Amino acid sequence: MYKSMHDTIAAISSAVSESGIGIIRISGPDAVAAADIVFRSPGGRKKLSDAVSHTIHYGYIFDREGGVIDEVLVSVMRAPRTYTAEDTVEINCHGGILAMKKVLDAVLHCDSYPGSDNSIVVRAAEPGEYTKRAFINGRIDLSRAEAVMDLIEAKNEYALRNSVSQVRGSLYNKISELRSEILYEASHIEASLDDPENLDFTPHLPHFRDKLSEWKETIGRLMSSFEDGRLASEGIRTVIVGKPNAGKSSLLNLFLGEERAIVTDIAGTTRDLLTETINLQGITLLVTDTAGIRDTSDEVEKIGVERAERALKDADLILWIVDSSVPLDENDIRIASLLSGRRGIILLNKSDLETVTCEDDVRALLDHPYQDNEGGTGSPETIINEYSASEDNIRREVRILPFSALDGSGYDEFIMILKDLFFHGKLSWNDEVVITNARHKLLLAQACESLERVCESLEAQMSEDFFAVDLMDAYEALGTIIGEEVGEDLIDEIFSRFCMGK
Amino acid sequence: MGSAGLEEYVDVAVVGAGHAGCEAALACARLGLETVLFTMSVESIAMMPCNPHIGGSSKGHLVREIDALGGEMARCIDHTFLQSRMLNRSKGPAVHSLRAQADKAAYSSRMRRTLERQEHLQIRMQEVTDIVTDDENNLTGVRTISGTLWHCRAAVLCTGTYLNAVCIYGDVCVPTGPNAMQAADHLTDSLRGHGIDIHRFKTGTPARIDGKTIDYTRMTRQDGDVPVIPFSFETDPSEVQIEQVPVYLTHTNEETHRILRENLDRSPLFSGKITGTGPRYCPSIEDKVVRFSDKQSHQVFVEPQGRDTDEMYIDGMSSSMPEDVQVRMYRTVPGLEHARIVKMAYAIEYDCINALQLKENFEFRHIPGLFSAGQFNGSSGYEEAAAQGLYAGINAAMKILGKDSLRIDRSEGYIGVLVDDLITKENHEPYRMMTSRAEYRLLLRQDNADLRLTEKGYRAGLIDEDRYKRFLKKKELIRAEIERVNSIVIGAGEEAGIYLKQAGSTPLLGSATLAELIRRPELDYRKLAPLDPDRPSLPDDVQEEVNIEIKYEGYIKRQKKQVEQFRKTENMRIPDSLDYDTVPSLRNEARQKLKDIRPSSIGQASRIMGVNPADISVLLIYLKGYHT
Repeated sequence: MYKSMHDTIAAISSAVSESGIGIIRISGPDAVAAADIVFRSPGGRKKLSDAVSHTIHYGYIFDREGGVIDEVLVSVMRAPRTYTAEDTVEINCHGGILAMKKVLDAVLHCDSYPGSDNSIVVRAAEPGEYTKRAFINGRIDLSRAEAVMDLIEAKNEYALRNSVSQVRGSLYNKISELRSEILYEASHIEASLDDPENLDFTPHLPHFRDKLSEWKETIGRLMSSFEDGRLASEGIRTVIVGKPNAGKSSLLNLFLGEERAIVTDIAGTTRDLLTETINLQGITLLVTDTAGIRDTSDEVEKIGVERAERALKDADLILWIVDSSVPLDENDIRIASLLSGRRGIILLNKSDLETVTCEDDVRALLDHPYQDNEGGTGSPETIINEYSASEDNIRREVRILPFSALDGSGYDEFIMILKDLFFHGKLSWNDEVVITNARHKLLLAQACESLERVCESLEAQMSEDFFAVDLMDAYEALGTIIGEEVGEDLIDEIFSRFCMGK
Repeated sequence: MGSAGLEEYVDVAVVGAGHAGCEAALACARLGLETVLFTMSVESIAMMPCNPHIGGSSKGHLVREIDALGGEMARCIDHTFLQSRMLNRSKGPAVHSLRAQADKAAYSSRMRRTLERQEHLQIRMQEVTDIVTDDENNLTGVRTISGTLWHCRAAVLCTGTYLNAVCIYGDVCVPTGPNAMQAADHLTDSLRGHGIDIHRFKTGTPARIDGKTIDYTRMTRQDGDVPVIPFSFETDPSEVQIEQVPVYLTHTNEETHRILRENLDRSPLFSGKITGTGPRYCPSIEDKVVRFSDKQSHQVFVEPQGRDTDEMYIDGMSSSMPEDVQVRMYRTVPGLEHARIVKMAYAIEYDCINALQLKENFEFRHIPGLFSAGQFNGSSGYEEAAAQGLYAGINAAMKILGKDSLRIDRSEGYIGVLVDDLITKENHEPYRMMTSRAEYRLLLRQDNADLRLTEKGYRAGLIDEDRYKRFLKKKELIRAEIERVNSIVIGAGEEAGIYLKQAGSTPLLGSATLAELIRRPELDYRKLAPLDPDRPSLPDDVQEEVNIEIKYEGYIKRQKKQVEQFRKTENMRIPDSLDYDTVPSLRNEARQKLKDIRPSSIGQASRIMGVNPADISVLLIYLKGYHT
């Protein structure tokens, strides 16, 4: 559904720069009031709503509990002499990307601050929405607007691809699963309302109640995972794997530009999982280095290996370091099986030494990953089942290139492949990620709220025709996260699941 | 075709006298326009060639809306029903649905009588073979098979399932309309010649069985409601408390399904003899057995066709199987062991249109003056047909009279949903109304259809002053009583406590308004009468409305808010003259869809499959520039 032009909107409006300074822009009738909720002047007295137009104010952004998020400069600009011709507030943050995200989050949730009367609501801006408003409010002319339209279109396409590429793997599966369960229950309700002599939903209610609390729990978990981990250190979750001493830590150091992990010649020295946020030419990688995957009897190292396997499951991208100076062994076979169906880049490291293992050897191993899996500690089959992937997939998703972590050769090509894999070389990542993520979180919250309403209706002994709408609202919100529309889903589900019509 | 000869002059020509045609013709004639109603046979006027009931989930809503707009269906069924039930009574008021079993012959002859008595209306038994247009493709008349040219200012096509109709079961394939009525084999060519896009749909009907050969003791008897609630807001409830006729319920079983499965290759559906697209609702019994193979039994309702006939309608077992398979499968059903078939079940294929060619008022976009309604528009069902017929009829009349079109949006009525779906969405099967299609259904109840639509019927000219005044009075009574109930405060006195306990509720801690008490799940407006000594004496329908509006206030308010949002984009109209080729940055798919469908508002555009939010933004921005 088309969003209202009269809402107050907010977004990070500048790309996050290396210096960590960025701007959050709020626009719309409640812009100043919303900023006032989250802003405090040093003396605590000054209200932005009293401020003269086009003035700048120093102060702090607070969270709901009263804690300081960031030290900021706030510009207050009143309609119509602003970019959008609406009341506009710009918050200049200093605290880097995490603080910006938190400030945006605070603004988007200002209605839940103590003392706010819930009437001030700010939603996340759609891609290109500021410019759209600027045009509609007569700030820019048609020729400029037409250029903007192209941009909106491009951004929308990008946002869709972005949301799809970002929300994949376990999160995508979870949301899809949730949706199909919700759709089934909703269609059961609708079918029984349409053909009451044939179908009755009432006996199904206890089961439905169970489902409902299950769904809410799942969404709650998803939301907290956004808050704790994913949002706090946003980026492409990347795991570096390779057999012991293949050069994983050296690669990480190359990325970091400094020595942080212990690099030795003794196999198995990396026991803990190191996680680093690395910015490679505008792409944020959240890199986890793993203990070398190999059979081991050392208890401490075993734990490290298990952790590594877990990290692998959650990874968006796998970097497999192959030691090209020695032949492939059973450790590589095991890794190849873990890699199947995943998005990965294989680096044939130590290209500075004499090549023993080449690309074809690795391809052969990927095509037949289980030729020798006896004696392995983990069962490759179970992992394979979880990520059941075709050979096609393997070929499409995995790139292989010679590399040297020592002298940096192959590095530029690696960056190109990385960009290609994630953006088809088109657009930068950082500023959009934050917005889409804030939107995702809001959508999860919306879905949860809708399900909460279903519970309230059940509590009030309302029949299912009252809450069927809320059920579909939750379905729609979840669909937006993974880029799917509702369309005729409900009608199709009714007909495919239930035999209708007397 | 016959030699050009006679010329006749009317205002409106309605082609087809089924449920759509009857409503369209009555509406036009009642608005004072000279109207001719063409029918292949006067015996088939308002015929019910399939099931013998009117109403049911969401369809009952349509019938009441037809009544509120000044249509005929509700009044006709109120006088000719055999049994009536309110479905979904245990659910919320929005899904309560009235359904009546009809005496088919009585319904048909009553409607015919109504048409005959209507001023400005003539019935003509003749096949229309051509539509006639001027150089600018404006409709100027229709031609009949005898060559007579009927000049008219508007025509409404309501051809139902008659165009190039073929009835099929097994190897039998006869080119007739329903009930062996003569098919209309010429008009399609003329329509195609005028650039109209034709689809081919299919539907089916079960066998009729001689009631004397049915053993009802092996079935479950189902009686009607007492008291009966009439469909029409104008019918006096005391007039419909008649002696009702029962319906019987039985089931198919494994044996039925085995016979069907073993003979699937003989079904024209599966052998490819039938090419039209059938509905997913009400599938044939062989379709059910294939698609829901895990179900061991399907419900079968045995329903009377009329008081003066023994024929029973076998609801739930429509089929196009060969005769021997039909005889065997019906006889596996408990109670039908010795059944004799009177009429074979059959499938029927017919020509209809892609309704995306229609404007919001049901007029063909490229043939001004030509309107269409009913099954011809790709729908299914008597009620859907009648609703469209009334809508198209009124709009044809409005056009001739130079008045604003009747417009009903998705938040105002099921008719609005029906119209919008038909003209906006790709329709790949006969469209059936369903409650899940109405996103604002908590507001679109059968109980308040008059409150929602009487005003529009009055403005169109189909609701007379008397009825309109009664409507205004009812509205005022409801408003005043809701206000009063919100202001009455009940104290936590002993008497109130005792009464609330008796009524299965809990005593008050402090005081509460009467409205607050009504909202308790276990209480309602009527139950609280003893605590409300000053309550005025009000008609039942007013009390019901007050109760619903107060009891479900929270839900209703929320939906009204959603409607407000919906209206915003609905009110952003798109000029008819907009050339989508000049709008930059639209994606090709969206551009094509918008050009084909030509939505009348941004809201409607946003509902078109293949038009995404980015396209809508582009359109909004462009329109802003276009106006200034």
